[in-house]
Amino acid sequence: MRALLILVAALVVSAGGPAVAMKVGDVVPDFTRTDLAGKDVRLSGYRGKLVLLNFWATWCPPCREELPVFSRWQKDLQARGLQVIGLSMDDDVAEVKKFLAQYPVSFPIAMGGAKFAEQLGGVLGVPLTYLIDAQGRVVARYQGEADLKKMEAKVKELLGAK
Amino acid sequence: MKHSHRFLPRITASLLSACMLLLAANAAFAAQPASSIPAAKLVQPADWAAKVKDGTAARTLTLHVGFRTMFDQAHIPGSEYAGPGNTGAGLQVLRDRVANLAKDAPILIYCGCCPWERCPNMAAAHDALVALGFTNVRAMIIKENFGTDWVDKGYPTAKAQ
Repeated sequence: MRALLILVAALVVSAGGPAVAMKVGDVVPDFTRTDLAGKDVRLSGYRGKLVLLNFWATWCPPCREELPVFSRWQKDLQARGLQVIGLSMDDDVAEVKKFLAQYPVSFPIAMGGAKFAEQLGGVLGVPLTYLIDAQGRVVARYQGEADLKKMEAKVKELLGAK
Repeated sequence: MKHSHRFLPRITASLLSACMLLLAANAAFAAQPASSIPAAKLVQPADWAAKVKDGTAARTLTLHVGFRTMFDQAHIPGSEYAGPGNTGAGLQVLRDRVANLAKDAPILIYCGCCPWERCPNMAAAHDALVALGFTNVRAMIIKENFGTDWVDKGYPTAKAQ
């Protein structure tokens, strides 16, 4: 009976397709990840702020260009209510630590991973950035190499409206 | 002063040798852009999706040469993970997988981790296969990423168990 249940469960899992990407208006499922400094990062802990959630990887050239920009935004705009969270899609945490030792950033970074990414609609290419409003809803989604000037304008607009 | 003149050519030669070594090492590790893959070898996602649907894609060994986190979430049904192409370890996985194949075996590689022009894996994987003597290697051109150019189009997709 147990074997049958496992088989049925496996069939159900294998029949499932890829995660459906979150879109504007969706409420982002709450999550807690431990960042590379050992601190818990809980999305709902930032309710009331504008959250910039960035999926990135050390091997992704455009991601490496975005990180220092997001780091600057975190410093310059946190007093106005911005919180940047980075989620690395690297396979190897050692690579991420090595990279951040060389290029430190001013916001928390945790590991993503396939299963976790699926809970947030999947990450099938990086960079992928969401802007999440004070109520935890997606207000903007940037897949691929983003126009950072436009993104900055949107961030400032949303901070002004907050 | 005479001494320095005598040693100058030797020092210059040593410096030149060191520079050439550095350049060679850099060339070995620098990722070529995916656009270095000859256009004649490129396959469009829509065309391959049709082959997956009608079953003819099964005649080709399809290898994902990107990153495990991406492959686990979504990949082309029947394709195998053999990457990432941007590391020595990943290329070795690829070499091991094709070690016993005939040199004219049809092979398709794909990634889709990042925009095509910035992909760190495709050219390295392609070049490794060509260096091994494979003559029937094709590469799927994924312009944005696998999510946008394959999954969102509704093409057949599998995920890791």
